[in-house]
Amino acid sequence: MILHKSQNLTFFTPEISNGSGALFFDTGISAGFPSPAEDFKQQRISLDKELIKNTEATFFVRVSGQSMIGAGLDDSDLLVIDRSLEPQHNKIAVCFLDGEFTVKRLKVKRDSIWLQPENPEYEPIKITKENDFVIWGVVTNVIKKV
Amino acid sequence: MFALVDCNNFYASCERVFNPRLRNKPIAILSNNDGCVISRSDEAKSMGLPMGAPAFKYEGFFKANDIQVFSSNYPLYGDMSSRVMSILEQFTPDVEIYSIDEAFLKFKGFDNYNFEDYGNQIRKRILKWTGIPTCVGIAPTKALSKVANKIARKFPNETKGVYVIDSEDKRIKALRWIQLKDVWGIGRGLQKRLSAKNCKTAYDFVQLSDGWIRKNFSITEWKLKKDLEGIPTLELDELKTKRAIATTRSFEYTFSDLENIKERVSTFATSCAEKLRKQKSSCYMIIVILSSDRHKKNLEQHRVSTQVRLSYPTDSTLIISNAAVNAVVSIFKEDIKYKRAGVIVTGLVPTDNYQLHLFEHENPKHKPLMRAIDMLNTKYGDYKLKLGNQDLERTWKMRQERLSPRRTTNINEILKVK
Repeated sequence: MILHKSQNLTFFTPEISNGSGALFFDTGISAGFPSPAEDFKQQRISLDKELIKNTEATFFVRVSGQSMIGAGLDDSDLLVIDRSLEPQHNKIAVCFLDGEFTVKRLKVKRDSIWLQPENPEYEPIKITKENDFVIWGVVTNVIKKV
Repeated sequence: MFALVDCNNFYASCERVFNPRLRNKPIAILSNNDGCVISRSDEAKSMGLPMGAPAFKYEGFFKANDIQVFSSNYPLYGDMSSRVMSILEQFTPDVEIYSIDEAFLKFKGFDNYNFEDYGNQIRKRILKWTGIPTCVGIAPTKALSKVANKIARKFPNETKGVYVIDSEDKRIKALRWIQLKDVWGIGRGLQKRLSAKNCKTAYDFVQLSDGWIRKNFSITEWKLKKDLEGIPTLELDELKTKRAIATTRSFEYTFSDLENIKERVSTFATSCAEKLRKQKSSCYMIIVILSSDRHKKNLEQHRVSTQVRLSYPTDSTLIISNAAVNAVVSIFKEDIKYKRAGVIVTGLVPTDNYQLHLFEHENPKHKPLMRAIDMLNTKYGDYKLKLGNQDLERTWKMRQERLSPRRTTNINEILKVK
């Protein structure tokens, strides 16, 4: 970072990163065989990075019930929601419907929207003008305990 | 150009994101300890619920008007605020976070931008990503952007939440419209003195001569005038550095014993010292206030404050707590039922750049000790490390009877979806 700049001098402050998750190689400067791994050091895998593409728009919710078991969403699974994604046909989304949050697959027909459960025991829901309906966010990942 | 982005009824909006049933319903948010109303939705405002209304007096009013009441959920509001602020940083590198729900943006080198468009993009992105509605005011100066924001907020149908002052016509119209008391940076004292000069609007204010302003007020008011004239004078961060930090709270019960009060004051002092270190300031002065329950008029009242001046500035919890506790002991009166206390630290100077005292200085061990305490408390949370004069059993004693879940900061309280 440039701290101060005059005509002939530029002051820099060192870049400080907190480097969480990074590997630390203390190979020293003494003579001997240097670590063969040093040139290959990389960031450790971070699940945050894998699962969260947009931190500002990402929220977590928990599944309650069986309506989406066909899509692999079991009771008490953790869902990653990205509100910045556009809801589209066939995406799984968290919606607010008539006073309740629900997770279903979106079916966008020419003149109507349906919420499709993934469990034969549940009926698809047709959204009409009378419904109090908001698409809250698109589901990107399911995290489950095994 | 500058922009002011302000979240509409921020606390109420945060509650609505995770509880859409509350849309279009009147909402009130209570202060720490559920004392009084600190935030209202537009619906609650229009019902005549005043800001600062004491909760216990308005219980009937809440019920009669079906107002949804919440304790303040700062973990939630804080997280939503930081989301909004980082989204703003995607629009310009120059962002000044002015408060939990508003920020100034500076657009340097954004020539030929369509600012109305850009403002709309900002609004839309924040709304889509976080669910928080905002208003955007854009103008050539900071003070004018604040005025533009007020216009956007006041006329949602005409402005769609974005207003740009980009011509002399619009500037004059805006200044004529805005009352002096609603102008940013004009406090009550200043307003009184100006209304004696027949100043009612911002327009009247800028008609006063520069010389008269400089003679009668300080450089700050002169800068404000230039800014309102459309000449960029206030930069990001100006008018901002906090000149005092306060922690004042009502107790959950009334206390008439010194021990409990000493404990509370020490805890408040600890919180002040921590905030000082966060903004890298030290204080020269500590003010302690103590007050009985002013709503119980039949009881003997005692409202008192005292101040301690230090010979060197400090940010050490040990020194501040010690001074505050000694101070409260000196003002405490027997047989009074106390309900509220507070610690205010003021006379703030930057910690890395203050005048040293010739004969006295802080124990050099305090600085590394404070660093260690801050680090451990950040790491383990919930104030695991406390002073001996704080109650070690007490972890969270705030009254929060109507707290909504911490949807974004606690995994056990996230939304459930069927």
